[in-house]
Amino acid sequence: MKQPGKTYLGIGGLLLTALTLSVGLGAVSIAPAIIVRILAAQWPGSSIAPDWPAAFATILLQVRLPHTALIALTGAALAGSGAAYQGLFRNPLADPYLIGVASGAGLGAVAALSFGFSSTPLGTYFIPAAAFLGALVTVALVYNLARVNGYLPLTTLILAGVAVGAFASAMTSFLMLRSNEMVTRALAFLLGGSPVSGWGPVFATLPYFVVGLGLLSLSGHPLNVLQFGEEQARQMGLNVDRAKVFIVIIASLTTAVAVAFSGVIGFIGLIVPHLFRILWGPDYRHLIPMSLLGGAAALLLADVVARIVIAPQSLPVGIITALVGSPFFLWILRRAKREVLW
Amino acid sequence: MVNAMLHIENLSVNYGTREALRAISLEINPGEIVALIGPNGAGKSTLIRAASGVLKPRLGRVLCAGEDITRLPNHLRARRLAVVPQARQEGGAFTVAQTVMLGRTAYLGWMGKPGESDERSVANALKMTSLTEFAERRVAELSGGEQQRVLVARALAQATRIMLLDEPTSHLDLQHQAGLLKLIRTLSKDYELAVLMALHDLNLVSLFADRVALLVDGELTHLGTPEEVLTEEIIQRAYHATLSVTRHLETGRPLVVLHV
Repeated sequence: MKQPGKTYLGIGGLLLTALTLSVGLGAVSIAPAIIVRILAAQWPGSSIAPDWPAAFATILLQVRLPHTALIALTGAALAGSGAAYQGLFRNPLADPYLIGVASGAGLGAVAALSFGFSSTPLGTYFIPAAAFLGALVTVALVYNLARVNGYLPLTTLILAGVAVGAFASAMTSFLMLRSNEMVTRALAFLLGGSPVSGWGPVFATLPYFVVGLGLLSLSGHPLNVLQFGEEQARQMGLNVDRAKVFIVIIASLTTAVAVAFSGVIGFIGLIVPHLFRILWGPDYRHLIPMSLLGGAAALLLADVVARIVIAPQSLPVGIITALVGSPFFLWILRRAKREVLW
Repeated sequence: MVNAMLHIENLSVNYGTREALRAISLEINPGEIVALIGPNGAGKSTLIRAASGVLKPRLGRVLCAGEDITRLPNHLRARRLAVVPQARQEGGAFTVAQTVMLGRTAYLGWMGKPGESDERSVANALKMTSLTEFAERRVAELSGGEQQRVLVARALAQATRIMLLDEPTSHLDLQHQAGLLKLIRTLSKDYELAVLMALHDLNLVSLFADRVALLVDGELTHLGTPEEVLTEEIIQRAYHATLSVTRHLETGRPLVVLHV
């Protein structure tokens, strides 16, 4: 049996590199050694004397770190929920973006923003909940629209996802255009750029991320059993209905939290799990944790590219993931016919 | 029969308003193989599915050693009755060992962490089906016959006294058909398994079944030994085909030959 240790080690190294780049690069670049020293200096009782410009600490602690944390969590959530949706729908093209769940979550979040909930003190905490609701409604709708005689064919799944996603996106645009002052903010949101900064969004979403990512990581075994189809899964002793509902809720929660503050970012949930399915195999007990870590690394790297490619301005990261992701999507589509990865 | 391992009692199943199975009663003893035959659409798969708990019967019960398993939760039912489906593409990327371990689902927790007894049970199932040397191969890389054996091993890992098989030989060539059925017969006799098996090929039925159950239009019309059920009169009427029944040279069992 292939040992997962090496794969984890590789992902760990990649993630560390991505974190360092994400924190260090920008209008002001901070060398890794200084990053470590600034962080160490925050430790109570530390005796490290600051030999760096004072602005470095502020940039690192107040701007870069919260941004990096949110991007990493978002990437982990998108890839993890992507892996879960793929397992649940037994379909290599199920991705929170393609099946419309991300757009539904986006609609929920923007609806909450446009009705002014975000200006109340609890508003920041309400946005993820609204996004969650949007995601759940969408996934239920797409699933039921796409089902044909108890099966979930690739074509109807993508068609239903695109249709429901387009509807949700149109509603989102409508809501945004109604309230002029938030158009800029929300447009950035729609393209996958975080509209809010600082530690607020990180703290508002952290509990959801921890619960969602944790429970997803533990759901590998039921997903493995479900690969044989619902009927065989029942005959093998799985409580299929409970497993399905549980995993849909957790994956939708995770997607929603990711979308709530980082906008609609496509393709991470498609590419990352697929790569690990090729590298590692179909066992979801490892595929999901690997996707979480790999998704964090991938979105961090995409975000770094988005920030430096037209510096000093930065692109919404969703543009980068789409540019890389669309060709990859076509590649999977052609490959899916030939290879047994399921 | 009091000591029947599997007792299907007055089972009726509807698809919408259509009656797919009508009052089926059937008992299978430990170590006995009952072959389920009948024309396409007679309800063979429906009976297997209903007995395995994935179809809710309209009426009737399925008893395992006297206990009604129709209303048991999936994991308890899967400890009493295992199903061998037809080999298909599903789960082909898993290794043989991973697939057979998934047969332990009814005994594993949510996270699927196997214990010592699960490992032992998988190793045994692999040995019984001569798959030990293939344990780390991916299922999709194996031949059709080997893939079907993997599914038998997966069912054996469930450690049940009852095994249901739905057309297990339909994608296999002649040699593998015989190989698989010999394996099922050996397992049934050695481990006292009660086996209910839907089979198309009447001559294989004749050679490997202890008793034959003939389904026509959702009704169990005949139940008996191959000699009793595989007669020209009964089979011609059930299948609307002209044929003769002769004798298998080696065993003397009935041999069904179609007229053209």
